[in-house]
Amino acid sequence: MGFDVDIFLQALTSKALREAVPVSVSLAVVSFLAGVAIGFIVALMRASRLRLVRYVGWTYVWLFRAIPTIVLLFFVWNALPQIFPALAGPGFLPFYAAVIGLSVNEGAYAAEIIRGGLLSIDDGQRQAARALGMPPSAVFRRIVAPQVIRVVIPPMANDFITLLKLTSLAYAVSLREIITVTQTQIASSFRFAEWFGAAAVYYIVLVSIFMVGQAWLERRFVWTSEARSGSGGGILRGFGALGGGLGGARR
Amino acid sequence: MTELPGHILDDDVIAELHAGPAGNVLEAVDVRRRYGSNEVLRGVSFGIKRGEVKAILGPSGSGKSTLLRCLALLEPLDGGEIRLDGERVGAREGRDGRLAPLPEAALARQRSDIGMVFQRFNLFPHLSAVGNVMIGLTEVRKRSSGDARDVAERILERVGLGHRKDYFPSELSGGQQQRVAIARALVMKPKVMLFDEPTSALDPELVGEVLRVMEELAREGMTMVVVTHEIGFARGVASRVLMMDEGQIIEDGPPEQLLSNPQQERTRRFLEAVRE
Repeated sequence: MGFDVDIFLQALTSKALREAVPVSVSLAVVSFLAGVAIGFIVALMRASRLRLVRYVGWTYVWLFRAIPTIVLLFFVWNALPQIFPALAGPGFLPFYAAVIGLSVNEGAYAAEIIRGGLLSIDDGQRQAARALGMPPSAVFRRIVAPQVIRVVIPPMANDFITLLKLTSLAYAVSLREIITVTQTQIASSFRFAEWFGAAAVYYIVLVSIFMVGQAWLERRFVWTSEARSGSGGGILRGFGALGGGLGGARR
Repeated sequence: MTELPGHILDDDVIAELHAGPAGNVLEAVDVRRRYGSNEVLRGVSFGIKRGEVKAILGPSGSGKSTLLRCLALLEPLDGGEIRLDGERVGAREGRDGRLAPLPEAALARQRSDIGMVFQRFNLFPHLSAVGNVMIGLTEVRKRSSGDARDVAERILERVGLGHRKDYFPSELSGGQQQRVAIARALVMKPKVMLFDEPTSALDPELVGEVLRVMEELAREGMTMVVVTHEIGFARGVASRVLMMDEGQIIEDGPPEQLLSNPQQERTRRFLEAVRE
């Protein structure tokens, strides 16, 4: 059968795949944001002074890192409606189920990243802020949070990329994302190489675009007078930073 | 050599420092602090009057840094009290007669009147020099950011860092960072400035520029408590020198007497060790 370039190009430009991309991306973005919110709360719980709260946080991380993501998705999609009949109706869309499953899972990983970020901040920072007379909310908002964000950008970006690819598991809830669509097309055409190849290209492009965004974001958290004064460039400087990252695997 | 362009403090602040009553600005009364079974402060009492400079000497582990953190209300006391302008700060007596720390919001307000300078500077790395100095004014004093920037730039100028105001901490030398940290505390118009070994983390050639700023502050009448190993500074600037050991003040005297003719054997040995 060989590899038919024409079919590959048709697959690449097919309406089916083009329509699946926004589904995958929005699923990743929404699940990520919800997961980070969950992770933030869980990380604070794990740093709580109350032992019970700490245990609840620990248990969350333990449980949802241990359960395979696909099991979570099956559970949310198939088991939850049996347990809660309210979810059995047509209003419970595959997208919602996928968001719940993925964000619960992402929350466990994000919690650990944020916890690490909070631990990385030298206690002298909090002391200096408190000594100035800042109330706890200002200490967190103005002093701790910006430094934590900088520390967590690389691992969070890593996590987002993982999550973007995990959206392919949403075929388990019959969400029409990239892989579900690809499988459907293969079922009728039997062109595995061309369609999976096209799907892979989409993921590569999406991850690449995201990496540029990450490089741009990291630039914004370089704390030098030079970085601050040279404000031009934006995304273009992001490309530059990406190039630098590709050029040498330093660090 | 950095030349200071003149006064560091505003004229009205200096006038106020000289005009006020000569009572104790800050007072520690039988201050006690322990970590687990380790008694770090075992009943420390001393007062500091307006415009006075007290230097605290002592070997490491003697409790001097803990004392300063307690004075800055960064640590709760296990006993005793701290008074600022005659009023108890940091804690209040509960109904059962036991000490209870004030809620964090009330502590924050009281802390804003006490300036603290740390050994390791603790500048905020994500803010420029001027950003570091401004943030207390905007976040605590609720000044507008334009207003705060003017004040911050002026004081940075006066500690000799006008040309470095937009630099970030990572771009400044240790001496410059510590001067920014001093400016950050001063801009709050504190009633007293606490210095926790402000030159110990500096390369030897950078010590002078920080000490000069502190000397100028002392000359202008700022009330200061300085934990230091700089005997020369204690001799030249301090009005009183306290010697701490094992959580207590073991000797207290004018610098020429305590440094040249200490009464306690422990003080004598410490001074010999520091001078070597």
